[in-house]
Amino acid sequence: MQWNLTEDRPIYLQLAEQLTQRIASGRYPSGGRIPPVRDLAAEAGVNPNTMQRALSQLEQEGLIVTNRTAGRTVTEDTSIISAVRERLAQTHIDQYFFQMTTLGYGTQEAIDLLVKRRNTP
Amino acid sequence: MTQTPLVQLQQLTKQYEKGKVALDHLDLTLCRGRTIGLLGPNGSGKTTLIKLLCGLLQPSFGTIRIDGQAPGVYTKSIISYLPDQIYFPLWMKTTDLIDFFADFYTDFSRQKALSMLDTLSIPLQQRLKNMSKGTLEKVQLVLVMSRQAQFYLMDEPIAGVDPAARDFILNTILTNYNEEGTVLLSTHLIGDIERVLDEVVFLQNGRLLRHDTVDQIREQEGMSVDRYFREQFRTEALVGGNGRW
Repeated sequence: MQWNLTEDRPIYLQLAEQLTQRIASGRYPSGGRIPPVRDLAAEAGVNPNTMQRALSQLEQEGLIVTNRTAGRTVTEDTSIISAVRERLAQTHIDQYFFQMTTLGYGTQEAIDLLVKRRNTP
Repeated sequence: MTQTPLVQLQQLTKQYEKGKVALDHLDLTLCRGRTIGLLGPNGSGKTTLIKLLCGLLQPSFGTIRIDGQAPGVYTKSIISYLPDQIYFPLWMKTTDLIDFFADFYTDFSRQKALSMLDTLSIPLQQRLKNMSKGTLEKVQLVLVMSRQAQFYLMDEPIAGVDPAARDFILNTILTNYNEEGTVLLSTHLIGDIERVLDEVVFLQNGRLLRHDTVDQIREQEGMSVDRYFREQFRTEALVGGNGRW
C-alpha cells in the first residue's frame, strides 16, 4: 500500500489513519517493529516532524509502544488491535449501507445483494 | 529545553534607495529543527529577507539575531546559503568547487558531496560552463547541503529544475540535512513542497501575513496551504481592482 495524501485535511491525520490501517491489516504485526521515523517520512515524502506527530497519536491510542532500547513496536495487546480493526470495518459497513440507501435499497435488499455479489464468481 | 530560538527578528525594516519599502516592521521567530517555507508573490520581500539574514544587506531599521548574534562572521559560519543565482566562476570544474568549499567551510563534508554527486551522475571533471542550468543548480544544492550547518537558507531552490530533479532536491532536504538544523526555503510553487514543510511564513508587501504550521492551516481552513493562499490572493485582486467587475 502506498501513502495516499489528499489536499483537504491535515497531513498528520492522514498519516495516522494510514499507519493504523497498516497495523489493523497486519502489515505491521503485533509486537513487530515500526520502521524509524526518518525512513517512514522519506517513504511518504513528508517532513519527519509530521510523521513523528502521527506516530505520537498512535502512541496515545495505545497502538504503538516506545521502548528506550528497541525503538517503536506495535502493541502486544491484541485486543486493542482487534478493536481498532473492528472500528475500521464498521466504518466501511456504514458507508455501504449509506450508499445503498441513497440508491433506494432497503436494508434486507442491500444485504441480499451483497451476499449474491459475493457468491458470483 | 529552553534553547534560544534560532532566529529572532524585531521590527525588521528594509527600505531601498528609491524609497521602496521591501520589508515593513517584520517581527518573526524561527525555531530549531524545522523546515520552513518562505512564501509570497513576487516582490513580497522574500529575497530581501534572505539577504538580510545572510548579512548581504543591512537593515534600515530593527534587529536580527541568529543564534543570539547579529549577522557577522559567526552567523556566516553557521548559515549555508543557496542564492537565487549562480555565483561561481564558470571555468571551474565540479572538483574545483569541492576543494573550494572544503577550504572555506570547516563543516563541509567532502564525502557527502561526492556521494550525492555520484547519485546524480554529475561528472567531477566537467566545467560549469558546459553544464545545463538544471545541472548547475543541482551542483550548487549538493554543495550547500553537504555542510553541517545550523541554518540552511535557500532562495528558490526548485524554481529552475525539472520535476525529477525537484523530487530529488526535496528528498535531499528531507533526508540529508542536519537534524538540529533549520531550513528556510523561499518559493512561490507551494503545492509541490507543502508536504515537506513544518511551517510556512507568508509575506505580502513586506509584511507578515501569516506564520503557522501547515497542518494548522489545513485544520482551520479545511484546504491545502496552496489553495488557501490562492484564494487569499484571488480575493485581493478583486478588491484591489477598479471595481468594474
